[in-house]
Amino acid sequence: MNSLWAVTLATLMKDIRLEWRSKDALNSMLFFSLLVVVIFSFSFDPLAEESRHIAGGLIWVAFLFASVVALNQTWARELRNQVLDAYRVSPAPANALFLAKALGNFIFVSVLEALMTPLFVIFYNLRVLGPAWQLIPIAVLGTWALVVNGTFFAAMSVRTRSREIMLPLLLFPISIPAVLGMVAGTTSILTGEESAHFWIVLLLTYDVVFTTACLALFGMILHAE
Amino acid sequence: MKRLFPILSVITAVLLAYALYQALVVAPTDAQQGEVYRIIYYHVPSAWTAFLLFFINFIASIQYIASRKPSTQTAAKWIVLAIGVVGVIACFLPAVQKLIPAGMRPSAVATTVLAIPAFYFLVGKLFPGQRLDVLAVTTAEVGVVFCTIVLVTGPIWARPVWGIWWAPGDIRLTSTLVLWLIYVSYLVLRRFSNSAQTQMLAAALAVFGALDVPLVYFSIWFFRTQHPQPVIGGGGSMDPRMLHVLVINWMAFLCFAFLVCWSRFRLELMHREIEEAHAMESLVGSGVTSKASLPLSRSSR
Amino acid sequence: MNAVKFLFAAYIATWVIHGVYLASLVRRFGRLRQQLKELGKGK
Repeated sequence: MNSLWAVTLATLMKDIRLEWRSKDALNSMLFFSLLVVVIFSFSFDPLAEESRHIAGGLIWVAFLFASVVALNQTWARELRNQVLDAYRVSPAPANALFLAKALGNFIFVSVLEALMTPLFVIFYNLRVLGPAWQLIPIAVLGTWALVVNGTFFAAMSVRTRSREIMLPLLLFPISIPAVLGMVAGTTSILTGEESAHFWIVLLLTYDVVFTTACLALFGMILHAE
Repeated sequence: MKRLFPILSVITAVLLAYALYQALVVAPTDAQQGEVYRIIYYHVPSAWTAFLLFFINFIASIQYIASRKPSTQTAAKWIVLAIGVVGVIACFLPAVQKLIPAGMRPSAVATTVLAIPAFYFLVGKLFPGQRLDVLAVTTAEVGVVFCTIVLVTGPIWARPVWGIWWAPGDIRLTSTLVLWLIYVSYLVLRRFSNSAQTQMLAAALAVFGALDVPLVYFSIWFFRTQHPQPVIGGGGSMDPRMLHVLVINWMAFLCFAFLVCWSRFRLELMHREIEEAHAMESLVGSGVTSKASLPLSRSSR
Repeated sequence: MNAVKFLFAAYIATWVIHGVYLASLVRRFGRLRQQLKELGKGK
């Protein structure tokens, strides 16, 4: 058990350090989200109350596409210089690698969300009518839902043709309940009309189910071939 | 064996014609919807067939993953047996019976739960080794065809009845759409991935898809309660004469689906044999491959 | 009646979809049989 966390932490720190030095993924994600925010802001009537109903959907669509940018390069670095093969023959548990990658992606996307949210609030003139603190569990659980499956599917697509297309193609259908939860939950909180309680529970269930599934099957994916 | 196929095809064609006659002529007219409701006789059997095929795909995928190691294989067998036993017993416990929706008898639910181990062992016996994967591909593809029909006939039915083509809160149609999307991505993965690991990856995706389905259902169910929308196809009980015609049509489509699957299965087997033959050729050089080493193709009509 | 148009549209659509799929199966069978012949001839 110790070795699992030790390896996870080591791999995670390596990824963060590498990303911090180049800031490749972070920059592309940021720029992409900014573009989405600006373009969609044209569809907003700044004084209309109805804007609050669609803001939730737009925000999460923007984050969804931005995460795909991050997820696509998850394994790209490992493929070069046969790092992935080296990992497969090492005694390190496969799950450690998966957790490290998933946590790394989680951190990157969370940083992105933290940076973008004030921009959304400004461009869409958002005022939260419901309990704003509930947005945090939704953001955390929702991001983990996207990232955990995304990291898994990224590993699956890495050996296919057109891997950049493969990832969203595989990820989006499976993520629909999670995305619905994020969007509906955010909208409930923004409009204050309904309780987001059910959506938070749904996201939690989704996270538990799929984190377990990913951990159970990742070893098989890694060693396939 | 090969004679059987044309005979069954004729029988199926007759069945389908009979079912069509029942659907259009014999079945009574609906009081509210008039004649349009008859779309149900194609819409619902297609849905049930698609779900059955996807279920078989799920079973085959799990077995394929489990069969990698003898330990996982045995473990899987015990788990499936446990699910069957626990599920059947649970259906007769009062605490669980409260959860069963009104209108469903506990014995019906118990029989459905028993289907899981029944299918598991049947599939395992009839489709050893590689054939599990061939079965998976077959049921996925034919399932997508039937699912497409559900998604096309659904809106065609909704438009005259409700005035709208699509309602996002329609739990059945939206769940079916997600299922369709998952299996289309499954087929794309199969097409874009190369040999050895494809089968394992696809099996993993099928498992993920199966885990996703209940979550999809519940999320849309709750979404509906917040945004009430018409249910396409309606709910509630059915005139027994209509139910009778519905089942006839389902039986006909099941026979049809069986024949299509059988064809697709043979196609896939032939395809894999030819690929192996090509591989042998490039490995050892020509002169090795003869008709004798392609048993399936040799016996084809 | 206008609504009956939808009924026939649905039935026809069903068989068109089935037909397209069956046609693709037939085409694939044909291609495989062609490859088989080539394999047989090459020996």
